[in-house]
Amino acid sequence: MEKILSFVLDVGSYAIKGGPKYKAWLYFLILIILGGSYTAYKQFTEGMILIGATDQVPMELFFANFIFTAHVAAAAILVVAPGYFYHRKDMKELAVIGEIIAFCFVATGITFILFHMGRPDRLWHMFPGIGYVNFPNSMLIYDTIVLNVYLYLNLIGISYILYKKYIGEFDTVALARWFTPVIYLAIIWGPLIHICTAFVLSSNARMGEWATAVLPFGFLAMAGASGPSLVILLFLLIRKYTKVPVNDSVIDLMSTIIGWSLGIIILVFSAEYFTALFSNTEHAASLNFSMFGHNGLNMYMPWFWGTVGSIVACFIAILIPKIRKSYDRWLPLLCIMIFLSILIEKPMMLVFPAFSPSPLGEYTEYHPTLIEYSNVLFTWAIGFITLTLMIKGAVGILSGEVRYKKTTAST
Amino acid sequence: MSKKMFEANVKANDINKSRRYFLKNVGIASTAALMTNPAPAEATASVANPDAEITVAESLQGHFVLMSDKEKEKAIERLEKRYTAKYGKKTTVSDAPAPDGVLFGYALNISKCIGCRRCVHACVQENNQSRYDPEIQWIQVMKIPKGNFSFSADKLNKGYPESSKVGDHGVQVGGNAYTPVGGLSTEEAQNYYTNEEAVPDKNYFYVPVQCQQCEKPPCVKACPVRATFRDPNGVVVIDYNWCIGCRMCQLACPYGARRFNWGEPNLPPAEMNPKTHYFGNRPRMRGVMEKCTFCLQRTREGRNPACLEACPVGARKFGNLLDPESDVRKIIATKKVFRFKEEMSTYPKFFYFIG
Repeated sequence: MEKILSFVLDVGSYAIKGGPKYKAWLYFLILIILGGSYTAYKQFTEGMILIGATDQVPMELFFANFIFTAHVAAAAILVVAPGYFYHRKDMKELAVIGEIIAFCFVATGITFILFHMGRPDRLWHMFPGIGYVNFPNSMLIYDTIVLNVYLYLNLIGISYILYKKYIGEFDTVALARWFTPVIYLAIIWGPLIHICTAFVLSSNARMGEWATAVLPFGFLAMAGASGPSLVILLFLLIRKYTKVPVNDSVIDLMSTIIGWSLGIIILVFSAEYFTALFSNTEHAASLNFSMFGHNGLNMYMPWFWGTVGSIVACFIAILIPKIRKSYDRWLPLLCIMIFLSILIEKPMMLVFPAFSPSPLGEYTEYHPTLIEYSNVLFTWAIGFITLTLMIKGAVGILSGEVRYKKTTAST
Repeated sequence: MSKKMFEANVKANDINKSRRYFLKNVGIASTAALMTNPAPAEATASVANPDAEITVAESLQGHFVLMSDKEKEKAIERLEKRYTAKYGKKTTVSDAPAPDGVLFGYALNISKCIGCRRCVHACVQENNQSRYDPEIQWIQVMKIPKGNFSFSADKLNKGYPESSKVGDHGVQVGGNAYTPVGGLSTEEAQNYYTNEEAVPDKNYFYVPVQCQQCEKPPCVKACPVRATFRDPNGVVVIDYNWCIGCRMCQLACPYGARRFNWGEPNLPPAEMNPKTHYFGNRPRMRGVMEKCTFCLQRTREGRNPACLEACPVGARKFGNLLDPESDVRKIIATKKVFRFKEEMSTYPKFFYFIG
């Protein structure tokens, strides 16, 4: 018990220590959280009328961002899998970073869903036992189950590895007995959360743009591009500012995964667009809307072509070895671009235009409100502050700066 | 802005200063004052924020169908008390069960409908929808052009591909393509024609759309907590106290029939219909879904839905699909009947017919 207490205290105090840049980053996030808590309070007390959603476009920025967090969370296993499936020594130590990313992004996604719900106070209706679950039918139930299981699988993984390393009892042989199955389950579970999220969308026959079998594949490919982009950025930061060793081989593996994933995104979406546009039936109506606009409503047009262009450009760029190997300049820039392209793709290509035409032929443009933007930033800030603090704590343990013995000796 | 328009409408109506109108104005004036200035809201918080009035017991109540008779009684008592206090009139919340051996069906004659939207307004009055911010209407009338006569002889040899030096293999997409000819297509539908417009416009026909009460409802399948379900009469209903507001049903509905209470519903006490049913027209709260129930509070008592009674041309027919002598059954047997968006495989019990 005493060990656990000192683990929490030591990791916590290490996590908030840092240079002026690190402190500034934390204060910046806290500022957003403080501002956002007011708008969050407004939304929870006055209702969703404060955001841009309507009966024509009932899914808002929160839902779009939730899909994106599922992308990144699912992709985090790409850091864990090489270490445990292929026994890559350079990756095994870093696996815990992947799990932290997965945990933080699933948690952020669940927070987005709280903003998405009309009655968050009635969330208990979804708990089996006290609630009444529409189990075999509702895809949202499957999604809730897989997301929560993934959240706790990762939490178990992170805290177990870090705690054992902290007290210096990290024994790979003893670990293999029960911990390896947990990690394997988490690796399998990663794609599962994503496939279920895709099914929440594609199970709606009336949503012409979503009711397609390529949606899970497109989602997985997008996960493979956006997740490793964040991983590369974090690894480059860790390598630059801490003593944790990150080999070039790890970064190279991640950029290879990004390259393949971008290629698969292009393939999957070309196939989808061909199938939709060749016959150009009503299923292509919303695609036409986002590509060319409709009777002067062309808000999504620049976003569509911009995102498509950016994804293709990123794909070409990452194929060039010079850019891929430019660890301190072009690669991080490219990763930021990929991350943002796929983040913007979610509301502007996937979610909002899909609702036009509505079942009765209405075309609607979606205009988020300031409160909505603020709540989105609020949720992201919570996600990133958790991510930053957890990764900082993990780095302390991985680099050997935070150890149980050391602290008892010093006090 | 919508609130101002609403008040203007009320003032226009306010010709005789009967007590009824007096009450209406007082109700609106007080809600308006409370909305603009939060300070005096504390004095009459019960009107400003009805959610505050929802008791702990109500927020902890379970799914209505799963409750014991005693719990149901208590839940209804709570609601009646709250509504009576809030709207200042004796409100009854019925939980009359679904009658046996009845499958409700609706038939609508699109050749008779004149697009006057009296059904829409009758529905709003009967079913206690929010009047503004958000303005909720369960019936939407599509105004669809009868025909497009832009076919042209000049375009006979126009089109794609054009003949060129490479060779002339004939036009594959004629110049008269992409000119829709009307028909029951949502593509050219105009849903937002103004109330001032004279109806019927002879160049258009009108198709009212409301919940189609599908036999295989995709919304019910999508609901994660079974807050919406098909009752024994085939009507899809919602337990407003169980709905979590996730809007998956709205996403699933191919008819756009579901409406969400984005904000606190604004229902002026003077216009509130105090005769309500638990699954039907009782006032809703913020953040829950609602939709047409075929006026369950009326039809379970053997009366007709409000939209049918309001229709001036008799385009609407309602009845028991199991009874061969009912209007709906006779129409299905003798008229040219079709279901809207049959390809969605939802098997609606709302039939459109011609003739």
